[in-house]
Amino acid sequence: MELKRGIPVSPGVAIATALVVETEGVRIQRRTVDKSLVATEIDHLRIALTKASADARENQNAISAKLGKQYGAIFAAHALLIDDPELVREIEQMIAQKNYSAEYAVSLVMRRHAKALESMNQPIFSTRSSDILDIEKSILKHLVGEQGDPLQNLQEPVVILAHDLTPSQTANLNPKMVYAFATEAGGKASHTAIMAGVLEIPAVVGLGRFLTQVSGGDEVIVDGNRGIVIVNPDPETRERYLVLQKQSVSFARRLDELRDLPAATKDGTRTLLMGNIEFPQEGPHCTDRGADGVGLYRTEFLYLNKTSEPDENEQYEAYLAVLRAMGPGKPVVIRTMDLGADKLFQVGDNHPHEKNPSLGVRSIRLCLRNLAMFKTQLRAILRASPFGDVRIMFPMVSTLMELRQCKMILADVKEELEEEGYAYNRKLPVGTMIEVPSAALMAEEMAKEVNFFSIGTNDLIQYTLAADRTNENVASLYNAGDPAVVRLIDRVIQAAFKHSIEVCVCGEMSGDPIYTMLLLGLGLRQLSMTPQNIPEIKKIIRSITIEEAKQVAQEAKRFETARDVNNYLREQTRRILPEVVVN
Amino acid sequence: MRPMQAFVETACRFACEVSVWVVDKQPVNGKSMWGLLGLGAEQGMKIVIETTGDGATEALKALAEIVERAYDKEPEPRA
Repeated sequence: MELKRGIPVSPGVAIATALVVETEGVRIQRRTVDKSLVATEIDHLRIALTKASADARENQNAISAKLGKQYGAIFAAHALLIDDPELVREIEQMIAQKNYSAEYAVSLVMRRHAKALESMNQPIFSTRSSDILDIEKSILKHLVGEQGDPLQNLQEPVVILAHDLTPSQTANLNPKMVYAFATEAGGKASHTAIMAGVLEIPAVVGLGRFLTQVSGGDEVIVDGNRGIVIVNPDPETRERYLVLQKQSVSFARRLDELRDLPAATKDGTRTLLMGNIEFPQEGPHCTDRGADGVGLYRTEFLYLNKTSEPDENEQYEAYLAVLRAMGPGKPVVIRTMDLGADKLFQVGDNHPHEKNPSLGVRSIRLCLRNLAMFKTQLRAILRASPFGDVRIMFPMVSTLMELRQCKMILADVKEELEEEGYAYNRKLPVGTMIEVPSAALMAEEMAKEVNFFSIGTNDLIQYTLAADRTNENVASLYNAGDPAVVRLIDRVIQAAFKHSIEVCVCGEMSGDPIYTMLLLGLGLRQLSMTPQNIPEIKKIIRSITIEEAKQVAQEAKRFETARDVNNYLREQTRRILPEVVVN
Repeated sequence: MRPMQAFVETACRFACEVSVWVVDKQPVNGKSMWGLLGLGAEQGMKIVIETTGDGATEALKALAEIVERAYDKEPEPRA
């Protein structure tokens, strides 16, 4: 059994036979042609370019229809790059002067450009080498013929393992046969990762070199919830994941059963289960599962892969898209930009190198230093507010001063909109995330300043235990069941109660079944999670009484180690609902 | 990539030649995405757009507008 950790970019788990795809470029032999054939070779090139460009346009239309216009636009750029007069000139020159074959000239020129872009070392461009590979392949397809695309016409379910997948390969995957994919390269912001999320194919990227340890036909598990890939699992692990997978396969049925039932306990206590989303297209993922709203709408996608700041109208449209999908009366909590400075076009390059980015200028700290950008986002959110139950939330607030500053800027923006005659919800609920221990400790004071809290457990755990869970040497310290974390959460909930404000948990903890009873028992009535987890959590809630949950929480609070807390919670969860798989 | 895409699409609509310059680099063809990508131009960098031939004045106006619209919001000085 071999376990690798990467970056989870699309949730879900799958276990299937591995299909290893060679995508590290098309291998083209160096070939020269006779001088008399140069003109013919150039003709071939031109025809291939025309066809490849037509393919890209066709892809643009197909993907636009399937996933939305902005994803189609990726292929419009491909077409523009293929039609490029400079590119044609460059390749033709190589054929004419060196008598290279058209395919060899194409591959040389593309490799040169890919290298040049990579060496530029700008995050905006470095994720783009897969786009160039995509273009190269589409041209070569018309010169040397299709090299038998292994991803099409799959006869049996597979897990795809590759160095990297191009955006068009991903967009055209068949989710019925491709249970999941995992790649060595890639990051959270790559086009490939974005497509996987929209298609709901579980995916893990950025695994680093591992393909040499796998052969086609090996059994592989991809856990897109935790960012784990397991090759040739041992029987116990295999069993565990088979049950998990079965659950997601029989998911459609369970979903229908549960969708229209309320998330209420046996004694009738109503809870709100909401979805965490990243892209406007994910709104339907929430409604399909009967979500009570969107508890966390991450807005980072608006800022990633951009050469410039997203303008107000672009943001406004993205917010409206989710409001439309959710319908009236369902809360949509929009979180302001939560990125590190290194990920941002504007400040990225002149930003001083940070030794410790997760403790540096990021998220709200970055927004408060880039007021023009921050205000643009606040304007867009406010302008969307009359069209639904919009709420605004500030991430990574660590002091009361920061929170007050945010509110002041929000007030400024409201005044601006007032003067310009825009409509907005004057009572727009304002919340803060509690994800830094200092904020959790100051929750009483914070509660006086806002309408709601949202506890971001992912960061809260990381900062409380000072452990990065992607670092395998300390990952075991990172634990939602740690008594220190449980006590902080308890404290935040009590502060919210005392000041009669709403409180929600929006970290991964809320989608993990073993913590459901604990969280309810501590007093939470709102949970926001990956939409795919909603049915399972709802099932647990509908199987317990509040009294039971309270007892579980009381008991869990008495333990002194994360291990004891987790063992106890696992046991209780199994007792309530034996068919739920607990990890 | 979007402003660059708009720039090239607009440049291609005009018959005139379009070149783009940045300090210390060879000028590139403004009708070429590859050329512009290779410039590594980023926000805050000064670029020179030169148009010659049919419709040069109109082209220059349209292109300058795209660049201004894409990058008009200056980053706030950091406190």
